[in-house]
Formats: sequence, structure tokens, C-alpha cells
Amino acid sequence: MDAVVWHRFQFAFTATYHYLFPQLTMGLAFLIVVFKLIAYRTGNVRYNEAARFWARIFGINFAVGVVSGIPLEFQFGTNWARFSSYSGGVIGLTLAMEGMFAFFAESAFLGLFLFGEKRLGPKGHLFAAFMVFLGSWLSGYFIIATNAFMQHPVGYAAGPNDTLQLADLWAYLFNPWALWQYAHNMSAAVITASFVVCAVAAYWTLMQHHEEHARICMKVGVVTGLIFSMLQISPTGDHQGKLVAQHQPAALAAMEGKFDSGTHAEMVLIGQPDVSNRRLENPIMVPGVLSYLAYGSFGAHVVGLNDIPHDQWPDNIELLYFMYHIMVGLGTLFIAVMGLAALLLWRDRLMHNKPMLWILMFAFPFPYIATTAGWATAELGRQPWLIYGLQRTLHGTSPQVSGGNVAFSTLGFMGMYFVLGVLFLYLVHREIAHGPQTEAKEATS
Amino acid sequence: MTTLWFIFLVFMFAVYVVLDGFDFGAGILHLFVAKNDTERRTVLAAIGPVWDGNEVWLLAGGGVLVYAFPRVYAAAFSGYYLPLMMVLWLLILRGISIEFRSHQEGSLWRSFWDGAFAFSSTLMAIVLGAALGTVIRGVPLDATGYFLGPLFTDFRMGAHPGILDWFTVLVGVFALVALAAHGATYLIYKTEGPVQERARQIALRLWIALAILIVPVTAATASVQPHLYASLISRPWTWLLAVGIVASLVGVFVSLRRGAELPAFLASAGFLVTMLGATAAGVFPTFLTSTLDPKFTLTADNAAAGSYSLTVGLYWWPLALLIAIGYFIYLFRSFRGKVTLSSDGHGY
Repeated sequence: MDAVVWHRFQFAFTATYHYLFPQLTMGLAFLIVVFKLIAYRTGNVRYNEAARFWARIFGINFAVGVVSGIPLEFQFGTNWARFSSYSGGVIGLTLAMEGMFAFFAESAFLGLFLFGEKRLGPKGHLFAAFMVFLGSWLSGYFIIATNAFMQHPVGYAAGPNDTLQLADLWAYLFNPWALWQYAHNMSAAVITASFVVCAVAAYWTLMQHHEEHARICMKVGVVTGLIFSMLQISPTGDHQGKLVAQHQPAALAAMEGKFDSGTHAEMVLIGQPDVSNRRLENPIMVPGVLSYLAYGSFGAHVVGLNDIPHDQWPDNIELLYFMYHIMVGLGTLFIAVMGLAALLLWRDRLMHNKPMLWILMFAFPFPYIATTAGWATAELGRQPWLIYGLQRTLHGTSPQVSGGNVAFSTLGFMGMYFVLGVLFLYLVHREIAHGPQTEAKEATS
Repeated sequence: MTTLWFIFLVFMFAVYVVLDGFDFGAGILHLFVAKNDTERRTVLAAIGPVWDGNEVWLLAGGGVLVYAFPRVYAAAFSGYYLPLMMVLWLLILRGISIEFRSHQEGSLWRSFWDGAFAFSSTLMAIVLGAALGTVIRGVPLDATGYFLGPLFTDFRMGAHPGILDWFTVLVGVFALVALAAHGATYLIYKTEGPVQERARQIALRLWIALAILIVPVTAATASVQPHLYASLISRPWTWLLAVGIVASLVGVFVSLRRGAELPAFLASAGFLVTMLGATAAGVFPTFLTSTLDPKFTLTADNAAAGSYSLTVGLYWWPLALLIAIGYFIYLFRSFRGKVTLSSDGHGY
């Protein structure tokens, strides 16, 4: 096998695995601040106990997120040395800023947040929670700005020795692609956390444990879940799609399985792309909707893959197509689930509605699948480019690192991450079964 | 300006070694100074709130390296492919052994993580030292600007050395003893009772061993990379660093004898900083020496990013650093004084 395949497989594996954790970290950091704020404003001890419970889950999740994130920071250099050498003068800025502005805040205040509640008092502890939230969300921005440069390079100039240099700081930092991708991504993180919070609340309710805490968690989870599920589609998803249509027409065509160019382009609900015969099998389509979503008019002309040179096509159209459709399909379902739950909550029926509780308890894996599919869409759609239009993925690898070395380390990561995953699930399960603590000696407010 | 960024990087790396160094040291000594669960919880509680922040200095330093010297980052990280993968696995193992240990009672669970913590800390100290050794010694950089360092070849010097040879292993052992000694002074400062008593006994032995080890390490460095000392002698201001090394070493022994806990730790930190500073001053402006041909050597000048980018960095980097230092002062002040264990069995 070609070494580049191993490099790509390793990065896809380690990045996908890693991102299962930060999405909950970032979403939960937001929800913990909400719990802490309500506790602080109302003096209701239950909210503080809920926050403390989620902080324990957060701690385990954060640990796995950190240790699985360090490899990614290294892999830019170990596996993608020509990419780092070529573009490090630009993307190094956001990687360095992430460390300096975000990681320091996050890690310093995490210690204070997890271990310092008694020493800090309620106000200081709320502040520590807020700083952890701020640090993790800043970190998200810097890494997405880095990715946005790879998707839609701006603010750079050609430097000596065939390298890229930063030319315009603000253009690079506030890449329009980064802004919408960030909003879309962070909203997804809050959705994941909301579903997880609701699932635990549903579990406690069905088990008839910790019912007071369950009600609190359910309320916060359903309200944020509904709000962010709607934000996920519009405006964030909508604008992200328009940017893809504008800057990556090949990606858009492949996502929709669209081979023929034309006006009144249809949105595909279901169908299987047959790439070798350049057609879509068993399609169910809605005419005009793709034109409208991409360009704001039902009659707009959308370019199909047939009018794009073959060497510009994403190299895994089938996977890209399905990843995109899974993301959109699940995103739509989330609004339905959270909408229904919110209606029941409003009528004060949710905590007694067993079918809905079962649905919420089992729904939590789906936001993880949707975010994974969303990232796969973004990264597969970018192919065959590593930096869109500037450097091909094939030309970004470390030239002297053989496929055998990468295979060895990939298998090592797989073994390590398997064990890590088992331990993680075991510990989280223990915490959830254990539930929030209500001892008076724990209460500080 | 590239000189300035060289100094910034050395500064971040030195802070990293001082901070993460004491929690590596605590890990190396974990099984020796703490014998039962309460004592081991004490050691972990001494580093628990801060170790993750300490490690961030390495990550942030790596980020600044990509930013300021992308070619060095690309060459070094791909060249050290296998050793770095193992560093990653050790860091993963170490991180989870600190974090997961407290989540379940039971002697098997906790014993396992204690062992994993000590094992990964010990190996990491040696690897970090060996990596520093290869920076002094040089690597087979060629005209492409890349190299591939196998883990080991024949443990001898030459144009194509492995990562591990007699010299880098020697530096690795030196780093192991230095970080263990540094960790011991930290534990003396942060703990009481039997843990502190054992740390005190070990600290004295380790510092004596370290003071003796300096002689062969210095001699070996002089034989492997003679121009390091030549450039030190030609830059008189670096003699201050040599004075600093001796002064901090004396400071450690005097403070240990007097039972001055914080001064001993600070002197220990001073020792690490002056040692690293002297090494950096000796190799400056070189990042990676080529063992094949001096013209392939990567220096602060030929590997730097564009000047616009580095100029912009002169504004945001010091600002970010000041904020980060503020966080760390707040963090360490919040957890100042001797470690106290919470009674509910959680925490550590």
C-alpha cells in the first residue's frame, strides 16, 4: 500500500477518535456554566450538585480528550512534514495561539475547577468554570481557523523556498469560512452535550433514582438541545453549505451525488451514487431545492461532476456522499426529537412519558455520529487537496517516513485507544450509576 | 528577530522542564517515597491540580516552534518518528494513570496505575534527556532538509547515528537523575510526615549523584561537540550561566541541610534553567546540526518563518505569556502550602 494511504488512515483514525471527547468537553463546559449560573442566581443547591456531577464526567472526558489530542499536534510534523514545512509560516500562527491563549487558560482553570471548589468559594468556582468554558471554546476557534485555511486559504503570500507566509493577520484569523464553520461546529458540540445530559436524566428517571436532579438536567438539556438543533440547520449549516457551493463546487457536487450540471438542481433525499457509471441509483429527489440552498434561487445553475476535471474530484465520492446525507438526516431528526421533548416538557408531561424517556435515553450516540459524519464531509470534500488549490494531500506527507513505520504506529494507536475507550466507558458508567452526591457536607452554597 | 524567537523558545522549554520536571520527578519517585494508599494519594494530590497545566508548556512550545521555525518542526518531528510515537504513548499512559487512579477504590486498580505512572514518568525523563542529547550531537540532515533517525544503530558516533547511542543514553540518565532530584525537592516542599521524610533522604543521595554525574557528562559533551564549549567561551556573558549552575547547586545543598524547603526547590529549578540556558547558549543559533554536512544544518536564520508573521508575534506572544503567567501564579497560590487530602475518598 502507498505510504500516503497509511498517513491518511492514521490521521483519520486518531482525529475521529479524539473528537469524540472534545465535542462533549466543549458542550458540557457550556452547560456546566449554565448549571452554575442558575445555582448562583437562585441559591438552589440541586443545580450545584448537578454541576458537580457533570464536572466529574467532564474530568474523565477531558483527560481522554487531552491525551488523545496531543498526538494530533505531533502528527502535523511526524506524518505531514511537507505540509508543515510548506504552510507552517501561516498555520503555525493559530497552532501557537491555541497553545498560548487557550490551552493555558483551560488547563490552569481545570485544576482549580475540579479540585478547588472549597478553596475558591461559590464566586471563584463559577469563575473557574467560566474560564474552562472560555479556554475550550477558544481552543476550538483556533483549530477551526487552521482547518478553514486548509479548506479556503486566505491571508497568505508566497514566500522563499516554495513556502507560504502569513500576509494578512486579520484576513487569516477571521476567514469567513472559519466563522461559519466554528458556529456550526460549536452548536453541534452543545447538541451532543444536551443529548448526553438528557440521556442520563432519562436513565435516572426510568430507574427512579435521583429524580430531583433528573428533572433539573432534563430541563436544561431539552431547552438547550432544541435551541442549538435549530441553530445547527439555520443559519450555521445553511451558510456553511453556501460557502462550500461557492468555493468547493466539486465537493458540493459529490456530496449531492450530482453528475450532470443544470438549473433547478434537485436535492437528493435517498439514493446510491454509482461513480463508475456517473449516475445515482434509486434516487428520491426534490427539484430546485439544491439550487435554492446553494445560491438562493430555485433556478440557479449548479455545476455537476461531469463538468469538473477528473483530477479535481474528491477521491472517495461514495463515502463523502453518505457522510453528508447522514449528517443532514440526523440533524433534521434532532429537531424533531428535541421539539417533541420540549412540547412535553412545557405541558409538564415529559417526566412521566415513558416512550419519550426511552427515546431520549437511547438517542445520545446519534449526535456523535452526526458530528463525525460532518467532519468526514468537510475533510473528504476537501480532497484531493490538503490545502485547497495549493497543495495536494499526496504532496504533504513526510517523505522519509515509510508506510511500515506508519502502519506500526497506527496499530499501536488502535490498541491503545481501544483500551482507553473500554476504561472510559467503564468509569463513566460507574459515575452515572453512582449519581450526584447530596450530602450536606458537600454543599458549599 | 530570529534570535529573539530562539530565546522565546528556549525560555518556554526551560519553563516546561522546571514545571513538568517536578511532576515527572514525583512520578519517578512515586513507588519509593509513598508506600500505602494514603501516601500515594498525597504524592498525586501534590501534582494533581497542576500537572496538566505544566504539560501545556510543551504543547504551547511545540506550537510556537511551528509558528517561528516551521522547517525545524517538520524536520525534527518527522525525523524522530518512532521515538515520538513512543513519547505519545507514554504521555497517554501517564495522563490516564494520574486521572483514572482515583475513580475506583481497590488495591489492584490503584497499584496498577501507580506502577504505570512511575514507569511512564521514568521512561519519559530518559527520552527527554536523549532528545536533548541528539540536539547537541546532531542528526543526519541531508539536502532535502529531512532525516530519519532510527531508534538505534550501533550506539556509536558517526554520520548515521540512531536516536540512542552511548552519548544520548548518558544524557538520558543524567536527565532521569536531575528530574528525580528536582521532584524530590518539590515533594519535600509540598508534603509532610513519612513521604517528606523519605523524599528528604532520597533527595540528598540524588543530588550527590547528580553533582558527580556532571563531570562525565561535561567531558562527553566536550568530546562529541567540541564547538559547544568553544562558543560558550567566546561569549563571555554565558559565563554567568556557569556561575549560576554552581551557585544553584550549592544553594540546593545548603537549603537541604538547613531544611529550607522552598529555597531548595527554587535552587533546584535554578539549576535546571541554568543548565538548559548554557546548553542553548552553546548551540545557538543552531537547532539541528547535520552530521553529514554543515551546510544542511538548520539554524534560527535559515529555518525561520516570514518576517511579517514573526513581527506580528512580537505583539501577541508577550501578551499571551503575561496572561499565562498570571494564570499560573493564581493556580499555584490557590493550592499553596502543604497538601491536604479530602476525606470523601475522591479527589486523590
